[in-house]
Amino acid sequence: MTFRKYLVLAGITIFSTAGDSLLARGMKNLGSVSLHNLSGLLLSILNPWVTAGILLLLAFFTCYMSALSWADLTYVLPATSIGYVLVALIAHFSFHEQISPTRWLGIALIAAGVGFVAAGPSVTPDHERSNFRSTSPDTISPDVSAEVKS
Amino acid sequence: MNDAYAWAAIGVIILASTTGDVLLSYSMKRVGDVGELWKQRGVVAVIGRILATPTFALGLMAMGVAFYSLLFGLSWGNLSLVVPASASLTFVANAVAARIFLHERVGRRRWIAALLVAGGVILMAV
Repeated sequence: MTFRKYLVLAGITIFSTAGDSLLARGMKNLGSVSLHNLSGLLLSILNPWVTAGILLLLAFFTCYMSALSWADLTYVLPATSIGYVLVALIAHFSFHEQISPTRWLGIALIAAGVGFVAAGPSVTPDHERSNFRSTSPDTISPDVSAEVKS
Repeated sequence: MNDAYAWAAIGVIILASTTGDVLLSYSMKRVGDVGELWKQRGVVAVIGRILATPTFALGLMAMGVAFYSLLFGLSWGNLSLVVPASASLTFVANAVAARIFLHERVGRRRWIAALLVAGGVILMAV
């Protein structure tokens, strides 16, 4: 794992957290959307909160696809879930929201999970995947190969 | 009534986003390290190779279904039910699916991580 790759993982965390928050905010403004009102759902894209949320989620998606090109799905997903912790900590320290003991326990569990997966290998070597046919060995970066061998 | 709708939406979100994650992960592994590819052949080659991977489009469609189910779910149920329930169960579903379909080595370390995160997400919503 290089510094650049950790930056991509950080991008996934930040963009998805911020994007989801903006989207949730926009949908609350709009009220209930029903199956009988599909035009309302399509028009929701015009709400500025929703638009900003979608733009951030596009940035998230770019980082996510990049990460999946060099790391396992079961590594990327838990490793980037630290966003839940960030939201709670920002709410606590910036907006002085109270955090209950159960929520602190949840924060501790997520942080422990992230630590567990981040300390392990980030990718399963190709030769251990029976279904995998590598189409482009020349594009696997040297540091991934080194990490796989160790 | 609204609760049943919310749980139906949660079920669809989990199924669709797991399918999407697995398909996208499979596609990107076939594309190869995007950063290296960009350095060697330029950004057009990266985008071209991604678009030429058929499973990528399927994965995007599944993610689209998950996205719109989330919008519906959020309007029917509480944010504090829909988001944590679908997110935590998706971690577990993804670990199972990645092992079966992607043949990722999901060892004890990754199982513990997936379960800790899933449990933590639920606790944070209580």
